[in-house]
Amino acid sequence: MRGALIVPLVLVVAACSRDAASSGASARASATGEPTRHYGLGHAASAAEVAARDIDVGPDGEGLPPGSGTAQQGAIIFQAKCSMCHGPKGQGMPPVFPALIGRDPKAEGFSFAKDWKLVKTIGNYWPHATTVFDYVRRAMPQVLPGSLTNDELYALTAYLLASNQVIPMTTTLDAASLKQVKMPYVDRFVVDNRRGGKDVK
Amino acid sequence: MDERVTDVEGARTTDARPTDAAGEELLSRRTLITGAVGALGVAVAAGIPLMAGGQGAKAPAAPPVPAVPVVPVDATKVPGAPTTAVGTRSPFVKPSRAPVGEITGNSLTPLQDLAGTITPADLHFERHHAGIPFIDPSRHSLLIHGMVATPLVLSVEEIRRFPPVTRTAFIECSGNGRAAYREPKPDTTPQKAAGLVGNTEWTGVPLKVLLDEAGARKDATWMLAEGGDACLLARSIPMAKAWDDALVVWAQNGEPLRPEQGFPLRLLLPGFEGNTSVKWLRRLELGARPWMTRWETSKYTDPLPDGTARQFSFDMDAKSIITSPAFPQALTKGWWPISGLAWSGRGKITHVEVSTDSGSSWSQATLHAPALDRALVRFTHMWEWTGRETVLLSRAIDETGYVQPTRAELVKVRGIGTDFHFNPIVGWKVQGDGHVVFHGET
Repeated sequence: MRGALIVPLVLVVAACSRDAASSGASARASATGEPTRHYGLGHAASAAEVAARDIDVGPDGEGLPPGSGTAQQGAIIFQAKCSMCHGPKGQGMPPVFPALIGRDPKAEGFSFAKDWKLVKTIGNYWPHATTVFDYVRRAMPQVLPGSLTNDELYALTAYLLASNQVIPMTTTLDAASLKQVKMPYVDRFVVDNRRGGKDVK
Repeated sequence: MDERVTDVEGARTTDARPTDAAGEELLSRRTLITGAVGALGVAVAAGIPLMAGGQGAKAPAAPPVPAVPVVPVDATKVPGAPTTAVGTRSPFVKPSRAPVGEITGNSLTPLQDLAGTITPADLHFERHHAGIPFIDPSRHSLLIHGMVATPLVLSVEEIRRFPPVTRTAFIECSGNGRAAYREPKPDTTPQKAAGLVGNTEWTGVPLKVLLDEAGARKDATWMLAEGGDACLLARSIPMAKAWDDALVVWAQNGEPLRPEQGFPLRLLLPGFEGNTSVKWLRRLELGARPWMTRWETSKYTDPLPDGTARQFSFDMDAKSIITSPAFPQALTKGWWPISGLAWSGRGKITHVEVSTDSGSSWSQATLHAPALDRALVRFTHMWEWTGRETVLLSRAIDETGYVQPTRAELVKVRGIGTDFHFNPIVGWKVQGDGHVVFHGET
């Protein structure tokens, strides 16, 4: 939940609730009737405190930062910072370092339930392109997480999507273009229909 | 030394305190060896294989015995050890989580070594995605933001000042039992077959109290829960669960969380697949759609035979496993307690049925009350082994009426290659010679 509209609102609310907390009152309601701060514990987060942690990216592109990168740039970064674990071709070293790249024809068509030896990759399984950006930003490289710049993140995301034949190698990714990328098998993902009771699903 | 041995013999024959059969055997064998070589060190060598094997057990190739403190011939004839700052297990008791030793790896609860239902904190299974972070609680806090009236930062100390609650709940990794489901092997222990489960008395604050404190908007439908580890593991959680029975916990079994269980704060979602109970909790963001993190797309989704993949499959289906007899035990003829654990992510276990004739007939096992909501329950069933080869099985039934299915039923609806949620009936084949091996092809 980031964006220019949100920040001023946060600041206003934060200022109000600081007052509420310092008055020491409990079980109060705001002027709009919305109950807040029953116990008065903690402090209202500043915009900077929220921004410092709010790194998530949604499937709609919300939260994508400024910056851009190309698949060609990503290929170079991949060899330098990723290939030691995931292999020079992104083939992985299972089970610890998963395969990232690969569109083995045998593994196309989403028949993973029938054969667990089929290797899932970004191209043949992942439903959302934004997840690549979000996960790499959170966790990679494993020995130095949080060290990649936004441009590097866009470049790596572009390389991983292009080498999985999802987008052309010539694509430049940024916030606007990444959220437009549709993954090949997104429509295969269904919501849990198990409800207990007699049915085994 | 010789005099003391004589004292032991005297004490054994005149002491009115009851001694069980294993104790008798232990003493008499010790005494025999002691006479020849001397009491102290050798009693150790004699004692350990007997303790490890149990009565009548023919354990396969006993492992080498490491050095342990000297054991007196008769503990009633020497002063005991002084008090200690932190207790330790008897040197004769050596449960192990069998870690794989990788920072993205796991370790397994040694189910066969435990009794009752509570998992000791230091034996609770682990599953980490980027190792165990080393966190100073005075510098840790929880941020609640997004669709709330007041984005809040709460220190660990402040969270502990909200009205606390204590409840027991299991946590099970949804990958629990994958290998035993796909390729059942005879030399599988209970730990290997189902050790990614643990049961804990948790203490914390209901999440709804914190949500009210922040003024959570009722139109928020999803919540992102994020951990403070090196991969910032994050899961999207339905707000219905957040308002229902979710807790933010800081204690397990009466003490602060262990680092590997999320110290200093953990989200606890009773009955949901384990990784949603986010460890090292540092942030909750309320929103109106799921975030589609790596842990709810690439992982923790379940390919199905119809070419789809089930997503957000939170509930852990009802499951049970007999933890004794089990591989690598060996039985002698006579009465044995069949003992095991059952649980359901959808509520209470109402009954557990046990078969001692390879599934031809089923009997109600005794549930050790109280069977709690979304917690492990212990079941036992007394059984006399007559020497015939057979298969021992258990199946759990929960309060929704769900009956734990066979492996064949699960393979039919989920496929052999599905990735998570493995709850087939499993059991143990008792061979004619008494040796017990895993039986997974139900």
